[in-house]
Amino acid sequence: MNVVAPAPAGILDAARQSAETAQFRAQDWFAILRQQGWHTFQSLPLPHRDDDKWRFSDTRSLSLEGYAPAPAPTAPQAADLIARSRLISDAAGLIVHVDGHCVLKPTLAPELVAQGVVFASLEDAVRTHPALLQEHLLKHPILLGGDKFAALHRAWLRAGYVLHVPNGVEVKQPFVAVTWTLTEGVAVFPHALIIAGERAKADVHDFHLAARPDQRALAISAADIHAGTGAQVHRLAVQAWGSATQSFQVDNTCGGRDALISSVNAAVGARRARLENTVRIDGPGADVRLYGISVASGDQEFDQRTLQVHAAGQAKSDLLFKNALLGKARTIFSGLIKVAPDAQRTDAYQTNRNLLLSPEAEADSLPGLEIEANDVKCSHGATTGQVSPEELFYLRTRGIPLAVAQELLAQGFLEEVLAKVGHAEATESVRGMLRGKFHHA
Amino acid sequence: MAEIDESQAQREAIEVDRSKGDFKYEENYTFDAGVGLSAATVDYIAKVKGEEEWIREFRQKSLKIFQDMPMPTHWATADLENIKFEDIRYYLSKGQKPVRTWEEVPDDVKKTFERLGIPESERKFLAGVEAQFDSEAVYSRMKEELEKLGVIFCGPTEGLRDHPEIFRKWFGKVIPIGDNKFSALNSAVFSGGSFIYIPKGVKVAQPLQAYFRINAENFGQFERTLIIADEGSEVTYMEGCTAPKFETATLHSAVVELVALKGAKIQYITVQNWSANVFNLVTKRGVAEEDAEVRWIDCNIGSRLTMKYPGVVLRGKRARGEVLSIALANDGQHQDTGAKMIHAADDTTSNIIAKSISVGQGRSTYRGLVHIPKTLSNCRNNTECDALLINEHSRTDTYPAISVRGRKNSVQHEASVSKVSAEQIFYMMQRGLSEGEAMSLAVNGFVNDLVKEFPMEYSVELKRLIELQMEGSVG
Repeated sequence: MNVVAPAPAGILDAARQSAETAQFRAQDWFAILRQQGWHTFQSLPLPHRDDDKWRFSDTRSLSLEGYAPAPAPTAPQAADLIARSRLISDAAGLIVHVDGHCVLKPTLAPELVAQGVVFASLEDAVRTHPALLQEHLLKHPILLGGDKFAALHRAWLRAGYVLHVPNGVEVKQPFVAVTWTLTEGVAVFPHALIIAGERAKADVHDFHLAARPDQRALAISAADIHAGTGAQVHRLAVQAWGSATQSFQVDNTCGGRDALISSVNAAVGARRARLENTVRIDGPGADVRLYGISVASGDQEFDQRTLQVHAAGQAKSDLLFKNALLGKARTIFSGLIKVAPDAQRTDAYQTNRNLLLSPEAEADSLPGLEIEANDVKCSHGATTGQVSPEELFYLRTRGIPLAVAQELLAQGFLEEVLAKVGHAEATESVRGMLRGKFHHA
Repeated sequence: MAEIDESQAQREAIEVDRSKGDFKYEENYTFDAGVGLSAATVDYIAKVKGEEEWIREFRQKSLKIFQDMPMPTHWATADLENIKFEDIRYYLSKGQKPVRTWEEVPDDVKKTFERLGIPESERKFLAGVEAQFDSEAVYSRMKEELEKLGVIFCGPTEGLRDHPEIFRKWFGKVIPIGDNKFSALNSAVFSGGSFIYIPKGVKVAQPLQAYFRINAENFGQFERTLIIADEGSEVTYMEGCTAPKFETATLHSAVVELVALKGAKIQYITVQNWSANVFNLVTKRGVAEEDAEVRWIDCNIGSRLTMKYPGVVLRGKRARGEVLSIALANDGQHQDTGAKMIHAADDTTSNIIAKSISVGQGRSTYRGLVHIPKTLSNCRNNTECDALLINEHSRTDTYPAISVRGRKNSVQHEASVSKVSAEQIFYMMQRGLSEGEAMSLAVNGFVNDLVKEFPMEYSVELKRLIELQMEGSVG
């Protein structure tokens, strides 16, 4: 693979952003949306250390300089990466992006098309489904501090996909989206828009990967999930960018009455990766599960911010984020449960467990509750500790060397969340990535 | 309809009884620093108190820092903006010197404290008492045998003047001037409070007590406490606070520094029952050296807004820190309390147990900080915070921050939010208790394991206070 030097006019260049926006002249609503993003981006400062939503984050090393959009990959490069994207054999559809360019458009089975399922690249959907997009695209407020990054995402919005599963349609196979970074110093802004109608069912697997393990890139991704009444949405998002990449991921989910939503966020890649995951429950009976799993090594910083908003009562949400830390890695978990004044009979839980496998690793926890209704069951728990000496001793008495025993116990610690992925092939693929971290640490 | 009745009943049951402290006496002060804060106010206080030049400089420096620091409203409640520093009176005193026999205390002041049961309680079980009326102590007495052992119990003015070799070394060191805006304010205008020194190996069996009272409207009380427990010594200190209800808000901003040297134990107990328009913004921190223990037992029932996060810096190996906290927030009250545990040596342990009760529109907030840096090993922290919400619009927040590195360190944090279960209430009512009694019993049960940690007299008082608040409420 050839390494292309970063283009001189990067993502901070107004003329370049504006020239790309001009390509959407025919879809003026989309051009306006991009333009608004640019203005918001310009008006906001970078986060600084006194910013409470960035507490514990290394804000000093934040920089957006030196990243640029990259040209489309060559045909052999694209073919190679498409081949490497076939991670899930029973996918309902596969879409592949390389450096922000869609290199494989999904083809859906005719019966799905007949049922009205839409799975298309964002760029195509802007033209073919403007009404659907205007109703749902980037409609969620940014609540967890990533406003400036979300605005830049909006300003450069083009890559990504739209999935719409209409009312009453249940799709069992997962929709798979694989996004690659290839060019050194590339900036990518992948977007996922998932709309599940009433009683619809959809599984989505998002893989964010790097062509080379030490890739330098800037990735600002966003995913918006709209789950209608009684909808069932499950999403697996795997962040495995290159080790010199800065990643910012802003995910927003809103669930209506009786919606069942679950998400698993797995993180292994990037030098710094921030995840902002907001879920808003708008209807009673909804059940939301948020899972996070990561192995942080070297000098990685995984910054996880979650918000569970119970705007309606009689709903349930549960969160479990597990991190294993090696080397000088750092994880920050900041989670907040907000229960609105009238959201009575809410059940909301939050658990963060950190396993320190190195004396130089650091785990920060900020579990929070803001409860304004009284008839609720809410709790949070956070623990940080080491592998238990008794368990280690037990394994060692059976002849297992210390290093292997530690690794086994750490992997056992992570299995609880891996079990939530719910798809054998995807689980195996994530398990492999997590394991790989123990050997390159 | 039934629901409305229920919530009203709940409300009434939990009304806090503050009538005990709600009375005041005429004001006729010899020394009055006037209204508002300036360099001249600070100089006036220093002059009235006849302080040495270095203290005056310390005050002036603090004033500058106070004026330069912004309000911490980026994380704290915006209610802080309602404090009108320019309307507050910073120093009021009748020119009294603390007297040693109750008979010498001026009659009106004596009446005030007698109504509050002091020194009646002293006769019962205290080793020493100090009573502060607005800016200065009016009465200070300690049992003679303690004096003979070398225990010092005085105010900051006397402490810094008569025993500089003991107190100056630690004064403003545990809590530096610029720790926060209110510690800077206190450092500029402090007067009154307790300076205590317990010599090596002396174990004071009975508690020392201070009683704080604000009597004048718009008056800010800024007492300063420094307790030094020398190697192997032990002491328990208790403070209580009241103020009458005034039309306008009053400010109480104390700084409390504790120093537990090698193997020493300090237990600091607070029952705060300010009237519901007092801003109570207090900085409390202790340092625990090797094998030492600092324990904060903190109960907040009164005030409009309390912001108080007692902390322990665990500086020596095997040091231990503990915060036990009870907060009760009723209508118009915000109890923003918590704890900080800064581990700075190996094998240190800390424990935080916080329980809050929110009644009516009351809001209680827990903020915690647990810090274990990477150089350390075998440190442990346990944090539990539980919140009980009584009425439909009661509110609670929990904001802990936990940062862990190093070897064999472990922390666990748990928090839960709940309400009194309808089944519990039903069960008790079925056995003939009224709804209010049942509620009160359930709430007392919720805080019971913490209340037990208070000395007997206080725990009885606390239970009674909670019962009073719950009377007529319900669940």
